Amino acid sequence: MEHYLMNLTLKVWRQKNNQAKGKLETYQVKDISSEMSFLEMFDVLNEQLIVEGKEPIAFDHDCREGICGMCSMYINGQAHGPWQQNTTCQLHMRAFKDGDTIVVEPWRSGAFPVVKDLVVDRSSFDRIIQAGGFISVNTGNAVDANAMPIDKKDADNAFMAAACIGCGACVATCKNGSAMLFVGAKVSQLALLPQGAPERESRVLNMVAQMDKEGFGNCTNTYACEAECPKGISVANIARLNSEFLLAGLSTEEK
Amino acid sequence: MTWRHFFTSSIGKKFTMAFTGLFLITFLIVHASINACIFLNDGGATFNAFAHFMSHNWIVRFLELGLFGGLIVHIIQGLLLWKQNGSSRPVAYHVNQPSKNSKWYSRSMGILGTLLLLFLIMHLNHFYIGTKIALYSGDQPHNLYIEMQELFSSNLIVGLYIAGVIALFWHLYHGFQSALQTLGIHHKRYTPIIKMAGTGYAVIICTLFALMPLAFYFHWIS
Amino acid sequence: MALDAKIPQGEMDKKWNDYKGHVKLVNPANKRKLEVIVVGTGLAGASAAASLGELGYKVKAFCFQDSPRRAHSIAAQGGINAAKNYQNDGDSVFRLFYDTVKGGDYRAREANVHRLAEVSTAIIDQCVAQGVPFAREYGGLLSNRSFGGTQVQRTFYAAGQTGQQLLLGAYSALERQVALGNVTMYARHEMLDVVTIEGKARGIIARDLTTGKLERHFGHAVLLCTGGYGNVFYLSTNAMGSNVTAAWKAHKKGAYFGNPCFTQIHPTCIPVSGDHQSKLTLMSESLRNDGRIWVPKQKGDNRKPADIPETERDYYLERRYPAFGNLVPRDVASRAAKERCDEGYGVGTTKMAVYLDFKDAIMRYGKIEAGKAGILNSTDQEIFKLGKQVVEEKYGNLFEMYEKITGENPYEMAMRIYPAVHYTMGGLWVDYELQTTVPGLYALGEANFSDHGANRLGASALMQGLADGYFVIPYTLGNYLADDIRTTSISTDHPAFVETEKQVSDRIDRLMNIKGKQTVESFHKRLGKIMWDNCGMARNAEGLKQSIQQIQQLKAEFWSDVRIPGEANEFNTELDKAGRVADFIELGELMCIDALNRNESCGGHFREESQTEDGEAKRDDEQYSYVSAWELKGEGNWELHKEALNFEIVKPTQRSYK
Repeated sequence: MEHYLMNLTLKVWRQKNNQAKGKLETYQVKDISSEMSFLEMFDVLNEQLIVEGKEPIAFDHDCREGICGMCSMYINGQAHGPWQQNTTCQLHMRAFKDGDTIVVEPWRSGAFPVVKDLVVDRSSFDRIIQAGGFISVNTGNAVDANAMPIDKKDADNAFMAAACIGCGACVATCKNGSAMLFVGAKVSQLALLPQGAPERESRVLNMVAQMDKEGFGNCTNTYACEAECPKGISVANIARLNSEFLLAGLSTEEK
Repeated sequence: MTWRHFFTSSIGKKFTMAFTGLFLITFLIVHASINACIFLNDGGATFNAFAHFMSHNWIVRFLELGLFGGLIVHIIQGLLLWKQNGSSRPVAYHVNQPSKNSKWYSRSMGILGTLLLLFLIMHLNHFYIGTKIALYSGDQPHNLYIEMQELFSSNLIVGLYIAGVIALFWHLYHGFQSALQTLGIHHKRYTPIIKMAGTGYAVIICTLFALMPLAFYFHWIS
Repeated sequence: MALDAKIPQGEMDKKWNDYKGHVKLVNPANKRKLEVIVVGTGLAGASAAASLGELGYKVKAFCFQDSPRRAHSIAAQGGINAAKNYQNDGDSVFRLFYDTVKGGDYRAREANVHRLAEVSTAIIDQCVAQGVPFAREYGGLLSNRSFGGTQVQRTFYAAGQTGQQLLLGAYSALERQVALGNVTMYARHEMLDVVTIEGKARGIIARDLTTGKLERHFGHAVLLCTGGYGNVFYLSTNAMGSNVTAAWKAHKKGAYFGNPCFTQIHPTCIPVSGDHQSKLTLMSESLRNDGRIWVPKQKGDNRKPADIPETERDYYLERRYPAFGNLVPRDVASRAAKERCDEGYGVGTTKMAVYLDFKDAIMRYGKIEAGKAGILNSTDQEIFKLGKQVVEEKYGNLFEMYEKITGENPYEMAMRIYPAVHYTMGGLWVDYELQTTVPGLYALGEANFSDHGANRLGASALMQGLADGYFVIPYTLGNYLADDIRTTSISTDHPAFVETEKQVSDRIDRLMNIKGKQTVESFHKRLGKIMWDNCGMARNAEGLKQSIQQIQQLKAEFWSDVRIPGEANEFNTELDKAGRVADFIELGELMCIDALNRNESCGGHFREESQTEDGEAKRDDEQYSYVSAWELKGEGNWELHKEALNFEIVKPTQRSYK
């Protein structure tokens, strides 16, 4: 692949801590190779800032191969930038050209408070999983793995739902800041598998209750989440979440 | 999960929107069908007969209460959701490109709905309140056909009605399949059919509604 | 101190059962009073924390990421081995045991490996019960694939995201225990020291990475599940945050470090593209099931791969190792690639890459599909299309990943790959019970040295992490804690806590006060280059001696000229990184010392002085059939302890995959 160099203007959200007021700061970077990843370009910028005696930009990242779900930048108005089914760390600079201005902001959601600069707190997702995103099977309780054949179609759909990396791009993108795709993916995965059946009703009710408690917005089916999801999680999972919730809500014995 | 919890949960609120929405969608079929009688070009005889039936039959009038109930719930719940959703992102993005990932009308249900509400106030004022007053005060029943003829001779009114229908079209275009998605109906095989049906529904209903003021205005019917 | 591995007596296949039958137990009421600290929440940590929580222990779990779900186990792609023999192809616990010992080039402890093979089957059962969506056949039963170094199909997988699915399974079990109150989770916390009281591990000092505050945490036992240290090479397939700090602090507190030089260089990674490179991305070994590796027969052949005819290609693995072909173990495949590139046959702009080609596989699958569909006389194009669909289903996400990074479509154009640092077989020395040489301090998963010898077979890391966490530590920890039930919680005001916290905070102050000129990253890069050049795929005495000196110089320079902006009492990623790099520098020295000491070639450790005439690795069992366990005596001063390896079952032979 042919590569080229570029000079860029970056406008990056800087915020000292959770309490401080933040603002966009402008930076210039030079001779960025089109072969760099977006985060490598940030590495260059940070090295530059340190040498200049300034504070580097804090941003979350870890695996840098699109699976840990830690990176979380809102780049030029899109979660994880312009590429489809892609995380920030997988975005490469060939997506940009010389002279471009790139605006980078943190995920914006009341349920994802900013920790510093581009780093946000997504522990609300963990608490949703704690509310029911599991199958209660203690270590050692399992039967033989092949004792229960599972329809390949269900297994495949469960897998596709389980591919969620919990990055929060769905929430960041949704105009309502809804977490329905994240919750729907987990509820779907476990509802599609026979192992998930015993806790099927309590799971969906509890997870939705926690989701609401965290202050996420309500889904209005714009499907922006699916379009921006780095793993292409389908909104079919939201529909399944809805029907699971409807059936569980109606069949509960509480008055 | 108590009933209260059920209906005040995020998904429960959506169910309310979906159920009332589907109810209103059904109503529009009846509304558009009866109105379409004007195209029989019989000087409004059939249309007025139906209109008379609709305003005088006790069962219909009882159902009408349900319709208003549904409408009000749909409106209030919609506005509440709009407000709540707006506050879930306290700090807005400086740069945002929603057009890259979603359709404008799917993001604009609140605005479209508000426009529809304003339209509806005007519409009820034109065709509903007067007939009801007449009905209960024992006055001469209104001839709605004649009223339509008069009203739709005005540029402004026709323009407002066409605008209302356009807002309705986008609201329905998204609302139809959105309601079914909310009720958990999503299937690789059937969702495309549902989407087509929704599009067809929105097109037919809105074309019919739009043709009414136009037909009177341009004297396609006499 | 003499090393006692505490291997149970008895026949190999009875040891673990006997151990479990006689191990001391802690009754449920006492478990509630016992506190356990688990550092790291990858496969080993999450599974251990969840399982111990289920048993009723009071667990505190720590991870430096924002959520336990981000641990780097998540990036494992290919699969997990288990001796299920679902394929009826002759697999068994013994064969998995045998393959692993042989694959490790006879530098692993047999008893540990046998236990690993035994519990492997239960892991699959447990994960399926948790809802891990493994790949299935149309009949609804689990599917298997082949992996390097074996001749049976025993690898369970979930597309190319097996690690993710297993980790999310363990994570969900962990979160369930958090919800039940059995586990307290501390995310964005980094362990910065072990607290020992009267010789036993009794807690840790952790730094809250958000506020920068130091915290003291007491535990009756401390479990380090902190992964490997591949990032000592700067460029590796590890996550950016993966580090040796926890293990290194334990080492400084008396835990011996086992086989530090045993590093796995994975043969199939996306090659380095330039100086900006911050990490390397693995292309799963499972690709070698279907991809064929080759270089042009002619040096400096600059044609596109598709334009080079069959007769002018050198499928060097198939040529050199006809029995295993493209599926030779990782160390062998990596060295063969290096050999070709060093000889000048490499491809791509840097000439440091070889081709991994799927054309044949696509056409082969295409023909099968065409046959299934009854399409006769199909054109090559049609066959290619059908075959592409099959390959896409098997490896789609990997191909996408490749395309995102390189901008090239691997269905159309052969992938370019090159070996990269991937895994470290070395780690804290542990006995059969996974206890380090510090009582009460345990190491699980990649953080310990125990099961993979000098080379790990593909799909065995996930197996080991989960084996340690789900099925080993719940038994062995009880054996230790049963004697500790009378120890009540020790106050964190104990002088040992105060003293250790002071040491940690002094070190942070020292780092912050250097206020030099060079960035942490630049030191890390320099360290990586020294390590890769002299302690990478091929090592020799002269280079190692040189690099030891260079590392010592680098260390001095680091401590006098590193620049860390910001403050210590705030979110400060540069400070976090500086602490880790400082530890990597010290570790790098020990790795070179270990590599220098081991004048033989075994597994991933290739000493140029010790090779056969045709360039294969030559082991020296006479002199080096031991585990090197290094004890830190003082700064830059280590003493070697040897744990002799006795092979009762798998008699060492020169490994041959020919």
